[in-house]
Amino acid sequence: MGSTIILSRIFWSVAPFLLLAALWQFASLWFPPFLFPSLVDVFRRVFQILVDLGQFVDVLATVGRILAGLFGAFVLGGLLAVLMNRSPGVDRFISPILTFFQGIPALSWVVFAIIWFHGIEFRIFFIMVMTTLPAFTFQMIGALQAMSKDLFEMVLSFRPTRLQMFRTMVLPAVLPEILTAWKVNLGNAARVVVVAELVGATGGVGYQLLQQQQLFDMAGALAWTFQLVFFVLITQQIITMIERYAFRYRAVSERSL
Amino acid sequence: MSVAAAADPAMGITLDKVTKRFPKRGSDEGFVAVDRVDLHIDPGDMVALLGKTGCGKSTIFNMVSGLLEPSEGKVSVAGHDPFHEFDWFRGKVAIVFQNDRLLPWRTALQNVELGLELLGVPHEERRKQAMDWLSRLGLKGHEHDYPHALSGGMRQRVSIARAFATNAGLLLCDEPFSALDEMTANRLREEFSALVRENRKTAVFITHSINEALQIGDRIIVLERPAKIAYDVRLDRATGEAEKEAIRDRIKEVLAL
Ligand SMILES: Nc1ncnc2c1ncn2[C@@H]1O[C@H](COP(=O)(O)OP(=O)(O)OP(=O)(O)O)[C@@H](O)[C@H]1O
Ligand SMILES: [Mg+2]
Repeated sequence: MGSTIILSRIFWSVAPFLLLAALWQFASLWFPPFLFPSLVDVFRRVFQILVDLGQFVDVLATVGRILAGLFGAFVLGGLLAVLMNRSPGVDRFISPILTFFQGIPALSWVVFAIIWFHGIEFRIFFIMVMTTLPAFTFQMIGALQAMSKDLFEMVLSFRPTRLQMFRTMVLPAVLPEILTAWKVNLGNAARVVVVAELVGATGGVGYQLLQQQQLFDMAGALAWTFQLVFFVLITQQIITMIERYAFRYRAVSERSL
Repeated sequence: MSVAAAADPAMGITLDKVTKRFPKRGSDEGFVAVDRVDLHIDPGDMVALLGKTGCGKSTIFNMVSGLLEPSEGKVSVAGHDPFHEFDWFRGKVAIVFQNDRLLPWRTALQNVELGLELLGVPHEERRKQAMDWLSRLGLKGHEHDYPHALSGGMRQRVSIARAFATNAGLLLCDEPFSALDEMTANRLREEFSALVRENRKTAVFITHSINEALQIGDRIIVLERPAKIAYDVRLDRATGEAEKEAIRDRIKEVLAL
């Protein structure tokens, strides 16, 4: 690929953001800072949060909550998916419940968690798991069902142990869908977590956002929001790199869609 | 080591009034793919199975290999039930499937290693054997290619190597040489036949080629649709050309019905 093509590709991927930033900066000239603060101020705040450990621990706390919740939902969802995939009865029983859960707003879980539980961290964990569990489970069932029966039976014909079957067949077959599920759910979880932190957390991005709201500090609100956005961008990039390595076996067509 | 143990004296196969029905929409009794087949194959025999497309050959293979359960009747291999004593056959049966069924995430070499790996052969040893098999099948230089980079015939040869590498006592081959050019197919047939005879294996191979059946079969079985034995003939070194011609005509007659 020529370097001009790469440059133009980079240009087009950042162009929309540049335009958005320009519009914002333009607005900041005409409106008071509590409505449209200058981006210079915003990025100074972003930088302050990154270098000040006292503030950065709030970001880390939120990231930890996202990852813990996702991991919990992933493990529980994986278990449910295997059970549901194995028995149509279990599937018929649990599927509607998960669908029902999908319709419950994150804020409702916040209320339930506050009423049911005491510990702040456990409340947050509970909310994160309940809000991401249905999607994770459905995605993993989909992955298991899409697994090739022909390949599965081929491996089976060598009479592997359960663990061998999992390692040589099931895991590589479902990995693409699992990584996609993580990408999708990371985005969801990053949006839910700040709501979950309303259960009384005294730290974290959600707590900080609430503070900025009380101070009418738009620059601060943006700076804290960007921390989460950056986290999502970085983790998704990491997953994309894992995908590029793990799925190098894939054939690529010289023509695209 | 289990690979050596697996080379125990060849195994006989007995089908006793075996019927296989598949569920079919709009029909209570289902679709009969195999209809009360009685069949005995002696240990050490090399049997060619012929029959029109869709007559139930692969279905019979799947029942003999323990992947499908007969609807009625009894299948027994070396005195054991392949479906209910599935794990007893570990290392004893090798299958060349009708389609290559290579794991797309494994290289040619890793695909050939699969069976050995599942049987617990140490890494060095199985790598050496797999390399050896790949070169016997003319795939030197392609060991590290992923399946998508191989041609259809090359993939089929990898799947033959994968099956043969485990050195199982019973070989079930579903049209093993069908995707190959005539020269390569001929050479592989000779090798196959020598391998089976030297190691006193039992081998059943499905084919659509009457020539192939006559070239390497000790016995030829022709099935009608749904699977039922229509013609069954034994050959040996004494079978002369004239006799073979008569057999060929008879097979054609049966297949034309
Ligand atoms: N899983 C299944 N469900 C329903 N019907 C099936 C199933 N597998 C096979 N059949 C039916 O059973 C019949 C026999 O199929 P089978 O694959 O054994 O044929 P075959 O003799 O191997 O044919 P070919 O030479 O084309 O490979 C076919 O008519 C097919 O429609
Ligand atoms: Mg078939």
